[in-house]
Amino acid sequence: MTKTALAIRELHRSENHLAGQLLRMSERNKANHEIFHLARDLARWSCEHVHELARVGHDYDLELDAEASHDPSIVAKMRQKGSELLGGHHDPGLLLLADLRKTHRMAAGVSLDWEILAQTAQALKDRGLLALSRRCHPQTLRQLRWANETLKENAPQIIATP
Amino acid sequence: MAETDRIAEPWGTRTPYAPGEPWPVRVDRQLAEGLTEEDIDSWAQSATILHSNGDGLDIAVKDGRIVGVRGREIDRVNHGRLGPKDLFGWQANNAADRLARPLIRRGGELVATGWDTAMDAVAGRTAQLLEERGPSSIGFYTSGQLFLEEYYTLALIGHGGIGTNHMDGNTRLCTATAAEALKASFACDGQPGSYTDIDHADVIALYGHNMAETQTVLWSRILDRLAGPNPPKIICIDPRSTPVAQAATIHLAPKPGTNVPLMNALLHEIVANDCVDHDYVTRHTVGFDELTKQVHDWPVERAAEACDVSADDIREAARLVGRAERLVSTVLQGFYQSHQATAAAVQVNNVHLVRGMLGKPGCGVLQMNGQPSAQNTRECGADGDLPGFRNWSNEEHVKDLGRVWNIDHMQIPHYSQPTHLMNIMRYVEDGSIRFLYVSGTNPAVSLPELARVRQILSQDRLFLVVQDIFLSETAQLADVVLPAATWGEKTGTFTNADRTVHLSEKAVEPPGEARSDLEIFIDYAHRLGLTDKDDQPLVKWTDAEGAFEAWKECSAGRPCDYTGLSYDKLRGSGGIQWPVNDEHPDGTEHIYVDGEFWSDPSYCENYGRDLVTGASLEPTEYEAMNPHGKAVIKAAEYVPPHEQTSEGYPFILTTGRTIYHFHTRTKTGRAPQLERAAPEVWVEVASGDAREHGWTEGDLLRISTARGRVEAKLRIGGVRPGVVFLPFHYGYWDTACGYKPEADDGRAANELTITDWDPASKQPLFKNAAAKVERVSSGADATAVALENAGAVGGPQ
Repeated sequence: MTKTALAIRELHRSENHLAGQLLRMSERNKANHEIFHLARDLARWSCEHVHELARVGHDYDLELDAEASHDPSIVAKMRQKGSELLGGHHDPGLLLLADLRKTHRMAAGVSLDWEILAQTAQALKDRGLLALSRRCHPQTLRQLRWANETLKENAPQIIATP
Repeated sequence: MAETDRIAEPWGTRTPYAPGEPWPVRVDRQLAEGLTEEDIDSWAQSATILHSNGDGLDIAVKDGRIVGVRGREIDRVNHGRLGPKDLFGWQANNAADRLARPLIRRGGELVATGWDTAMDAVAGRTAQLLEERGPSSIGFYTSGQLFLEEYYTLALIGHGGIGTNHMDGNTRLCTATAAEALKASFACDGQPGSYTDIDHADVIALYGHNMAETQTVLWSRILDRLAGPNPPKIICIDPRSTPVAQAATIHLAPKPGTNVPLMNALLHEIVANDCVDHDYVTRHTVGFDELTKQVHDWPVERAAEACDVSADDIREAARLVGRAERLVSTVLQGFYQSHQATAAAVQVNNVHLVRGMLGKPGCGVLQMNGQPSAQNTRECGADGDLPGFRNWSNEEHVKDLGRVWNIDHMQIPHYSQPTHLMNIMRYVEDGSIRFLYVSGTNPAVSLPELARVRQILSQDRLFLVVQDIFLSETAQLADVVLPAATWGEKTGTFTNADRTVHLSEKAVEPPGEARSDLEIFIDYAHRLGLTDKDDQPLVKWTDAEGAFEAWKECSAGRPCDYTGLSYDKLRGSGGIQWPVNDEHPDGTEHIYVDGEFWSDPSYCENYGRDLVTGASLEPTEYEAMNPHGKAVIKAAEYVPPHEQTSEGYPFILTTGRTIYHFHTRTKTGRAPQLERAAPEVWVEVASGDAREHGWTEGDLLRISTARGRVEAKLRIGGVRPGVVFLPFHYGYWDTACGYKPEADDGRAANELTITDWDPASKQPLFKNAAAKVERVSSGADATAVALENAGAVGGPQ
């Protein structure tokens, strides 16, 4: 396997994990409507990236799953139910901060992986790969900023209020 | 002279005029039965308050009571005209069930009490929570219907005194997207257009704006242009067949949730046909390349399919907009309360930017408001923003506000964007906000997903204060109810959707012990002992004029500059548009003349946000993007709505207004003519859908979503196939239970709506929920709900 293929496979893996993290965060925060909806919207970008990487992977002899993997719906439903049951309590907000921190960390990793791929594409003069990273990487950066801003917005209430 | 029935003919008689001519005067008046103008003791100058238009009027007084109204012929907004709600709505002031004494909850019941007891309870609980849980346990939720002086005082108390970040107005439901779209494109709030642009326009495009029913007098202005020589072409974008749609040259009825694809296709055509003012774009904007890239992906055919409208109609609309020489665009709830609200509203700004059509007669965008003083809620900071369009993420602006208020600027929360209403409700739900002070609004009917809202507001751990003029649904859940004076019973100013400032004089005394909102807020501040850094009272004024003078100082040098105004100057005037200062002593009809914007990084109100994620731009990012203070052309990608129709919920529910009611009917439901004109909730279904299900006019239908159920009588027609429409005004104050449905089926449209909002403006979605509809009983032998006048209104049949 070429090192480019390795980089694509790694990025496919990290995007897949980020999609899963965003969807799980959405479900864990059913009672927090903005997080619930937006985390889903943002997971869609990662799912699309997974799809695109699987397509490009063919050119590098990679057999990657085009669908982002996700937990069975029963587990997802249980997470949503759990969030609704805890919706009237303030302390679980700390878990949201942990979730956002993890999302930010994972998105930062994905962003670096795109950086690696874009630099590689430029060195190899691979226009297709470069175009792909120019299309996808900005969305990763927007996921990253969203996690940062959401944390900034929620932290004061969660930490400063008993 | 024969009187026109203004319920049957809400826009009155036509006074045609030609482009560029002044709009003729037509003075409308309504006095109590049997009275003539000779019987009137005095007239008090004011303006209309049951919509956002800001029509100048005089209030007629006889024997200390309000007995009628008369349009002010010298007023720049209405030239004497009034709409049906204004002609009849004043009667609510005299309603027998006005709140006249404070109420306090004792043993589970609200009982009458004195002001001292009530205010000590309110201030006492605030002080206790500040001590025990800090300022973030306190929240304020106000209105779009108070006066400027009241908002400014409240903003000072909340931001400067208590130091909470949790303050918003119900403008979040009606006009937050207008503000956000202006901030996104121009880096600052402030209406680019002026109503007078209608006098000059050759094309007028109304985006999700049923102006005929929301701003009847402005619509009369358009009708008069249409009846005159060289009438403008009208473009209507609305899933409903409104009176605007019926008057339109082109009516596009997109599927709810697809405004962004439609706008992108219009811009695609404008760019493809090169109807672009390249000189303007180069000199005065940034971001055009990104826009061309984005709209490249939205050829007309693709949008036609996504929106389910004819491709030829989109092309024709784009041709009209693209070739207009004087283009006016107005935007309202069809965009603002929809999915991707800000993204869609910003594209309307983009049309004007790429066409270079701003800041001159006949070339204006009107990002409209829904309420009479929504503009003041925004500019005074009662919607959580900092007063005077100061930028919360610009440290210098916060310091400057600290200087104006003579407090340490650290006291003013500015560590993140202010907490918007829906998050305030979330914090009340999770118990971290324990005190909520609601003034002049009725969340128990007007917020989405009412079962949840009632649960949140009924919690024992919440101390709920409601300041209102009637015992609204929300007031019935309160711990303390404070009786307020309203329009006509207090003096103050307010500013309409085209920056016109009006003075509203006190005409009569308020009922019983009721007090103005301003008096109550000042009393609250004093009881809390709020002081500035010299230990002087934080709120330094005692009356409305004093508050106005203080506000002038706060607004000095800011875009909404009021320094050239005074009560004396407004008294007798026909309304004056801000900014008013040394440079513009008589006000400013057009801002953004010659592509000059308020968007310089050091001056602007806002650095903008990501329209999909809502994340704010950092100051450095904004400076890099727009160093020279140009307008920002912001492209938007399409994101599908979160709630999609399904087999179980096959219809799309959209909600809206009727011409005869305002907000939750607290006033209009108490004006007999208005109440009779639209006494009961109804549901509109397209004729094809009704036929398919075998439903007939007057059938009682049950509309359900994942959140609740509503029963309403059927009116056939008025909406596109697959869509059902419910008016949102109807609550429970005039039903047996008083604040909630008696059984499972309610009548408030918001039993059904989804808790979801636009990520940029935070405006909740009222126009997009998946619903199912079934028949409860046949209407064959029931009273027909179709009103005699429905035909005249041309709207719901």
